[in-house]
Amino acid sequence: MTKKLIFIVFLLLAAWLSWTLWSTPPASSTTRKLVLTGSSTVAPLAAEIGRRFETLHPDVRVDVQTGGSSRGVNDARAGLADIGMASRALKTSEEDLYSFTIALDGISIIVNRSNPAAALSRQQIIEIYTGAITNWREVGGRDAPITVVNKAEGHSTLELFLHHFGLQNRAVKPQVIIGDNQQGIKTVAGNPNAIGYVSIGSAEYEAGHGTPIKLLPLEGVQASVENVRNGSFPLARPLNLVTQSEPAGIVRDFIEFARSEQVRELVEAQYFVPLAR
Amino acid sequence: MNWSKLNTLFPSRADQPLLWLLRLCALTAATVVLLILTFLVIESRPALRDVGIARFFGDRSWHPTEGEYNFMPMLSGTVYCSLGALLLAVPSGIAAALFSRWYAPASVAGLFRRLIELLAGIPSVVYGLWGLTTLAPLIGRLHAPGTSLLAGILILALMILPTIALTADAALAAVPQAYLRGAAALGLSRWGMISGVALPATRSGIATGILLAAARAMGETMAVLMVCGNVVQYPDSLFDPVRTLTANIALEMAYAMGDHRAALFVSGLALMLLMLAMVGAAGLLSRGRRYA
Amino acid sequence: MPEATAHSIAPLGITRDRLATFVIWSAALLVTGLFLWLISDILLGGITRLSWAFLTEPPFDAGRSGGIGPIIVSTGLILLVAIAASVPPALGTAILLAEFSRRESLFGRSVRLSLDVLAGVPSIVFGLFGNAFFCIYLGLGFSILSGGLTLACMVLPILIRTAEEGLRSAPDDYRLAAAALGLSRSAALMHLLLPTAMPALIAGLMLGIGRAMAETAALIFTSGYVDRMPDSLWDSGRALSVHIYDLTMNVAGGDANARAAALVLVVLLLLVNGAAMTLADRWRNARIVTA
Repeated sequence: MTKKLIFIVFLLLAAWLSWTLWSTPPASSTTRKLVLTGSSTVAPLAAEIGRRFETLHPDVRVDVQTGGSSRGVNDARAGLADIGMASRALKTSEEDLYSFTIALDGISIIVNRSNPAAALSRQQIIEIYTGAITNWREVGGRDAPITVVNKAEGHSTLELFLHHFGLQNRAVKPQVIIGDNQQGIKTVAGNPNAIGYVSIGSAEYEAGHGTPIKLLPLEGVQASVENVRNGSFPLARPLNLVTQSEPAGIVRDFIEFARSEQVRELVEAQYFVPLAR
Repeated sequence: MNWSKLNTLFPSRADQPLLWLLRLCALTAATVVLLILTFLVIESRPALRDVGIARFFGDRSWHPTEGEYNFMPMLSGTVYCSLGALLLAVPSGIAAALFSRWYAPASVAGLFRRLIELLAGIPSVVYGLWGLTTLAPLIGRLHAPGTSLLAGILILALMILPTIALTADAALAAVPQAYLRGAAALGLSRWGMISGVALPATRSGIATGILLAAARAMGETMAVLMVCGNVVQYPDSLFDPVRTLTANIALEMAYAMGDHRAALFVSGLALMLLMLAMVGAAGLLSRGRRYA
Repeated sequence: MPEATAHSIAPLGITRDRLATFVIWSAALLVTGLFLWLISDILLGGITRLSWAFLTEPPFDAGRSGGIGPIIVSTGLILLVAIAASVPPALGTAILLAEFSRRESLFGRSVRLSLDVLAGVPSIVFGLFGNAFFCIYLGLGFSILSGGLTLACMVLPILIRTAEEGLRSAPDDYRLAAAALGLSRSAALMHLLLPTAMPALIAGLMLGIGRAMAETAALIFTSGYVDRMPDSLWDSGRALSVHIYDLTMNVAGGDANARAAALVLVVLLLLVNGAAMTLADRWRNARIVTA
């Protein structure tokens, strides 16, 4: 009985393996590889753009790897990657490199959907994050301690947030520190008294698909992808492709493709904001 | 009883090639250890040189972008999380092994063992996700914020339980039948046989399992990153968020450059030293109490 | 008087035994309950997405749709490389430690110490090491080979320690009998000791395979992020655990597919474990008769 079972399982595995391998086109011997490394925020978008690029240029393979924005910049500089991906603008020490923005990503404050607070002023946000306000009832919510969710040091979202509100990270008194956007969304969704800030696109998507979070307007402007697109939303960061020298050949083709109208829908599918044309 | 193993096998010339092969294998394993150590030392040298070891214990806090490098709070986070997880997982793991070997009916025992083997292979991301979306909100209802030392301890305990259970199970399976029959002949009850005969005979096997589990607990990155809250502080209670050294490396490595990056590798070295201290302490404790 | 003594001992013994039975059954039930809760929470959400297409197609739309066909292939290849690269050195070292050196010898203790320390190195450090050594220094680049070799380094301590314990637990009578028959050490190992230690070896292998399939941080930096079907071991390939991580932590709306992928991982693990155990049992039963 067991022998028959093993044989059947083996047959199924063989069938599955041959099916999957058969449906993949083989690579030709003249394939040129384009390597991108860097930010894990940009990586899914870059992978989708690369996939579409490969259909237009059958002899090119686009390999996307992650490792963080700093790694992407360093790899581009050291030549370990053809293009680096960074979810931030270049720092002053990186000015010798070339950067090309392919999309924008807004940052919105989010709270749990059950939270009665509807809007927070700039001063209130500063006081919540520095620990001056510790209970929701002081800002129009229920009587419960505020759980402040902050991002880990070094993340561009954090730096943008601190810069916009004029804060030092040392002054922020968080109860929870998160790494990725999704972790922030899940933390706020699971805690009725939490407040945090994440990428607008992801937050909009999750809120629209049942996750119990809501986006708060910032300085009177509704937090939405649309408002980032038309420039009225004040908090946004660029998603950049970075190269060490003036791009040429296949690298230039790829970067131009990534900034063109052809990938507009891909950018929107990843809940980022395509550049206004 | 004859306990010396070195001279019980007949030495023969046919074994010389085997011996050289085995030495080659051991050399490979030793090389791996040396390579990792060298890598850690090379990568942490900039920080050790520019920042100096004292500052890793004496600075005011951990704010690398502002030049502060005290990682003691995170070291304490790692220690508390791992110790708590071990306290929970060791008795439960051994109990699970005893259950599958002597208490469960035959059909259930096999299924139970399959379940434990399965749990050894579930990705840390899945454990972390479950902790973040199910366990942390439950704890949060007791006491905000939910993502806390307690959540870390519980999730880690779940993760290392299979290690302890499987090694204990294998060790219990190797207890000679003669011992167990002797216990039965003496009229010992089931628990008497277990506590008096089986468990003492498997002491070194279970100790290995505990060491491996402790190593896993201290080296775990993803799951603790998601459920511990990641605030750099000494915890005052079980409900306070903590940051472990591993979560720290994972959080900041993607954006760290220069001295900051090297400082993260220093914390990796610190973990290795901690492991060394723990193994050394375990070795000292068990000295003079061995049977073989 | 003797009756009094007999009376006073027996009830305590029976009570302790009953208490122990109760405690152990409740521990087992608690553990089972917790784990079933975890599995159902995470995996039942994924059943709806399972289909033949899911298992064969490549991912689309950053993994939100499409399938995980190439990812399963990459995972299988990485596992194969890891096991092939780690089992021979692990077995060899364990035999050397168990059969050719005393437990308390300096050699034995230092090797065991360094292995235990290795076991405590965080997975992300392994990933960075693998990247620096295999990808950059040895020039393998982001590839399945790099990933498999890094994983092999990670599971080495687990395999060696459990194998050594298994070999040490084989009764001395076997070795004495082999010596009496004039068997060489290699023959005694192959025909007697290794088959006897098989349950422990398998337990170690299960732990090692489990660890390898569950590993995320180490693979992100070594075998990479590319979700295309790999043409060879030198291609970058995304492992299942990395895919699950990306879908839950990086991609909005990827949760459903992440759960389905986790379900596939669990089933794959069951298959691999079952296969390894069947093969090992068959090998052992061909050599020795167990009690």
